[in-house]
Amino acid sequence: MSAPTINLTLKVWRQGRTDKKGRFETYPANNISTDMSFLEMLDVVNEELTKKGIEPIAFDHDCREGICGMCGAVINGRAHGKERETTLCQLHMRHFKDGETIVIEPWRARAFKLVKDLVVDRSALDQIIQAGGYISVNAGGPQDANSIPVPREKADLAFNAAACIGCGACVAACPNSSAMLFIGAKVSHLALLPQGRPEAARRVRAMVRKMDELGFGNCSNEAECEVECPKGISIREIARLNRELMKAELKSA
Amino acid sequence: MKLDAKIPGGPLTEKWDRHRFELKLVNPANKKKFDIIVVGTGLAGASAAATMAELGYNVKNFCIQDTPRRAHSISAQGGINAAKNYANDGDSIWRLFYDTIKGGDFRSREGNVYRLAQLSTQIIDHCVAQGVPFARDYGGLLDTRSFGGAQVSRTFYAKGQTGQQLLLGAYSALMRQVGKGKVEMFPRREMVDLVVVDGKARGIVVRNLITGELESYAAHAVVLATGGYGNAYFLSTNAMSCNVNAAYRAYKKGALFANPCFTQIHPTCIPVHGTYQSKLTLMSESLRNDGRVWVPKQPGDKRRPNEIPESERDYYLERKYPSFGNLVPRDVASRNAKEQCDKGKGVGETGLAVYLDFADAIRRDGRDVIEAKYGNLFEMYEKITGEHPYETPMKIYPAVHYTMGGLWVDYNLMSTIEGLFVLGEANFSDHGANRLGASALMQGLADGYFILPYTIGGYLAGTPFPEVKPDHDAFLEGIANARQQVDRLLAVKGSRTVDEIHRELGLILWDYCGMSRDMEGLKTALDKIRELRTQFWQDVNVPGDSHDLNQSLERAGRVADFLEFGELMVIDALNREESCGCHFNVAYQTEDHEALRDDENYCHVNAWEYVGVDQSPTLHKEPLVFENVELTQRSYK
Ligand SMILES: Cc1cc2nc3c(=O)[nH]c(=O)nc-3n(C[C@H](O)[C@H](O)[C@H](O)COP(=O)(O)OP(=O)(O)OC[C@H]3O[C@@H](n4cnc5c(N)ncnc54)[C@H](O)[C@@H]3O)c2cc1C
Ligand code: SF4
Ligand code: FES
Repeated sequence: MSAPTINLTLKVWRQGRTDKKGRFETYPANNISTDMSFLEMLDVVNEELTKKGIEPIAFDHDCREGICGMCGAVINGRAHGKERETTLCQLHMRHFKDGETIVIEPWRARAFKLVKDLVVDRSALDQIIQAGGYISVNAGGPQDANSIPVPREKADLAFNAAACIGCGACVAACPNSSAMLFIGAKVSHLALLPQGRPEAARRVRAMVRKMDELGFGNCSNEAECEVECPKGISIREIARLNRELMKAELKSA
Repeated sequence: MKLDAKIPGGPLTEKWDRHRFELKLVNPANKKKFDIIVVGTGLAGASAAATMAELGYNVKNFCIQDTPRRAHSISAQGGINAAKNYANDGDSIWRLFYDTIKGGDFRSREGNVYRLAQLSTQIIDHCVAQGVPFARDYGGLLDTRSFGGAQVSRTFYAKGQTGQQLLLGAYSALMRQVGKGKVEMFPRREMVDLVVVDGKARGIVVRNLITGELESYAAHAVVLATGGYGNAYFLSTNAMSCNVNAAYRAYKKGALFANPCFTQIHPTCIPVHGTYQSKLTLMSESLRNDGRVWVPKQPGDKRRPNEIPESERDYYLERKYPSFGNLVPRDVASRNAKEQCDKGKGVGETGLAVYLDFADAIRRDGRDVIEAKYGNLFEMYEKITGEHPYETPMKIYPAVHYTMGGLWVDYNLMSTIEGLFVLGEANFSDHGANRLGASALMQGLADGYFILPYTIGGYLAGTPFPEVKPDHDAFLEGIANARQQVDRLLAVKGSRTVDEIHRELGLILWDYCGMSRDMEGLKTALDKIRELRTQFWQDVNVPGDSHDLNQSLERAGRVADFLEFGELMVIDALNREESCGCHFNVAYQTEDHEALRDDENYCHVNAWEYVGVDQSPTLHKEPLVFENVELTQRSYK
C-alpha cells in the first residue's frame, strides 16, 4: 500500500542574485507522494524545471533531518510551514491537501539580505555569537569533567535552550525582525551553567549590543517567534535574557 | 614510494608522550608568522581551527554551508565515547583501545588507536568546560550509556543531539577566535583544487558558491577536514553536500587514498520508501540499548507486528549473540538484517525492514523514562513515517553511513604530500574495517583539539618555506583547471539531470559494493561505472551559468568526482580478497557467516596512488603490526 499522491500549485518567489526586485512564479507540482518531505517535493519540481530548460529554484538545505538549521522558507505566511516544531525539511506532504495552492517565500528581515530565490544571508547570526556567545576556555586546560556538578534541572534547562539550530525563523516571524529568541537561547544556555557564569554579564551586553548594531529590531513581546521556532525554544529564554541584562547593567552601574 | 607511518618507538602506552616531547616546537612569538588553511568546519575542522588560533597561528577556515555551525557533524545523534570509567564498570584506556581495534576487525594501527583512547578523557573535560550540556544524573554528574561493540557504559550523550552540542561547542570556540581576528571565515566556498609547490601543500583554489568566482588562498600548511564520501551511494544518512571532492583532488595531486572500499552500513535507519527519496535518516544506535530487534519466524508473515505472538518472533541477534545481543557491532547487525530479509522474513511494504521494538522497555521502565532518553528520535521517526514507536515497533533497515576509508595519513596526520594534513572522517586512520558507534566524534575532536595542534608545529618548525603567493603559477594553473571543468560541465547540455545519474551510480555501488560483495559483481560494477561516467560527460544537463549561485552545477561537480572515485572503491574491494569488518566478500566467510579475515595476506592498509583518469592506480601497502593484541576471529557470542 503505497502513499497517496496529490497535485498542487506552487507560487514561488523568484529573484536573481542581481535583480533589484523579485516576483512570484507559478508552477504545478503533480503526483506528489504524501510521504515526501517538502524539500523532496521541491526536488521533484526542480527536476521538471531543469528538463524544461527553466532554472531550478535555489533553496538552502543540508542535513534534511531538522538539525543543521540550513533550510527554511515562509510557507503560506508561516515560517517553516504551519506544523508545530518542524523545520521545512521535516515538513511532510501528508499535511497538504490535493488541489491546494502553496505560497513559498524567503525569510524577510532587514538583517538578512536576499541572495537568490529562497536563499538569504544569515551571517549576522554568526556575528552575534562572535560578540560573546561562548565560554572563554582554551583546549588543554580544563579540570576533570565531573568536578563541576550541575543540578539535573539546570542541566535540562540549559539543554533545552542549547537546542537552537540558528535557522533564523524567529527573526523572519517577528514583526520587528528581532533576534531576541536566538540570543535568549544562547545567553540562557550559558548563563544556566556554572561554567558560563564568570562571563555572563559581559556576554549578554556584548550580544545585545551587536544585535542592535546589525539592524535587527527590538522585542515588543509579540511571541510570534516562539510559535514558529522549530525547536520549541520558549520566550522564557527572552525573559531570562532580560533578567541577565538587568543584572549586568546593575553590576556595571 | 615507501609508506612510513612514523609510529614512535617504545611501549604503546608511552608513544604519544614520547612523540610530543620529541616534536620540534614553534616559538610562541613565531606562531603568528604562519598561515594555516583549514578546509571544513565539522568537529575536526572547527576544533582544529579554533585550537590553532588559540595557539597563535593565523587560520583561514572554509566550508560549504552558509555558516560553520551547519557542518554535517551537527547531525550526529547518539554520543561520544570516552574511557572515563565513571560508571565503575571496568572500563579503561586499554579496554577502549582493545574494543576499537577489535571492532575494526584488526585493520587499524595500534599506535593511533591507543592515542585516541588516551585522549578520549580530555575531550570530555574540554567539552564540559565549553558548556556542552551533556546528560546528567540526579546527583549532577555526567551520565553514560552503552553502544554497540562494547560491554561497558562509556558513551556520553546529549539526548539524541550529541553531535549538535559538540559541534556548537567547537563552533563557539571558533567564533571566539573569529571575533579576535585570529581566524578568518570563508563560508559558502567549495575547495576545487589543492595547490602544491615544490612538493609541499601551499594553498587551495575554491569556488565562491554565491558569485561563482574562483579564488586562491596561500598558506604554509593545508588541513583537510572535509568529512566522508558516503554520498557516493546517493542514498545515505549523510547531509546533502557531503562529497569527496576535496580529498579526491588531493589524491589527484599525489596524496594516497587508503582503504576506499571500507564503507560502513549502519543497521538502524528508516527504510527506503520511494524513488523520489533524497536521503536516508538514521535512528541512533543508542536505541539498541532498549529496543529489541526481531522478525517473524515465518517467511512472508504479513500480520501486523502486534498480532504476532512472542513464540512466533525471532529475536535473531539475541539468539545468535547471547553476550552482546542487540549491541553487536554495526557490520554484524547490518549483515544479519540483510540475511533475514534475504530469507523472506523482512517486514513492511518492501520486505526490506526488520522491527526494532520498545514494548518491553516501556513495560519495564515506563513511557516517561523511554521518552526522556529517545523522545526526539521517536518524534523524528513519527514525522517521517507517520507511525508512533510508542505504539508499534519501528521498522529499520541498514543504510550507508560512514566511510572508514580516506586519505592516508601518518601518525602526525600528515598525508603523503608534505604539509597536507587530514583530520576526522576524511582520513583513514583509526577505525580499521569497521567503526564502533560513538567513535567518530571522539576521533574528530581528538584530531582537532589535541593531535594536529602539536604535530603541525613539528612540521612548521623544521621546514624551510620560500614565499608563495596566490599569483604563483601553481595557483593560476589550479584556477585554469577548475574553470575548464566548470565550462565543460555547462557545455554538455544533454538530457539527463545530475540527480538521475547520481542515483544510478548509487544503485550500482549499493548492489555490488555494499553490504556484501563478490568478484563477479565487482567486475560488473567497474564496467557499469565506466559506462555511466561516459554517459555523464555526453548527456548531463546542467542548467544556469557559472557566475552565479548554481546548485545544479555544485552537484554536478561532486557527482563528476564520485563517478571517478566510485571506480577506486570497487578496485579496492576487488583487490582485498578476504572479508574483514564491513568488507564482506561472500567467498570468505566462516560457517556462521561471519567475516573471515586472511591475516597472512591482507593484514595491511591499501593505499592507492593516482596515475591518470582511466588508468589503474598503483597500490602501496602499509603492513599493520600488532605487538600488543592478538589477532583473533572476532566473536560477539
Ligand atoms: C546521521 C549521523 C549520525 C551520526 N551519529 C554519530 C554518533 O552518534 N557518534 C559518532 O561518533 N559519530 C556519529 N556519526 C559520524 C560523525 O558524525 C561523522 O563522522 C563526523 O561528524 C565527521 O566529522 P568531520 O569533522 O570529519 O566532517 P563533517 O562534519 O562532515 O564536516 C565536513 C566539513 O567540510 C566542509 N567541506 C566538505 N567538502 C568541502 C569542500 N570541497 N570545500 C570546502 N569545504 C568542504 C563541509 O562544509 C563541513 O564544514 C554520525 C553520522 C551521521 C551521518
Ligand atoms: S530560536 Fe528557534 S527559530 Fe530562532 S534561530 Fe533558534 S531554532 Fe531557529
Ligand atoms: S536541512 Fe537541516 S534543518 Fe532542514
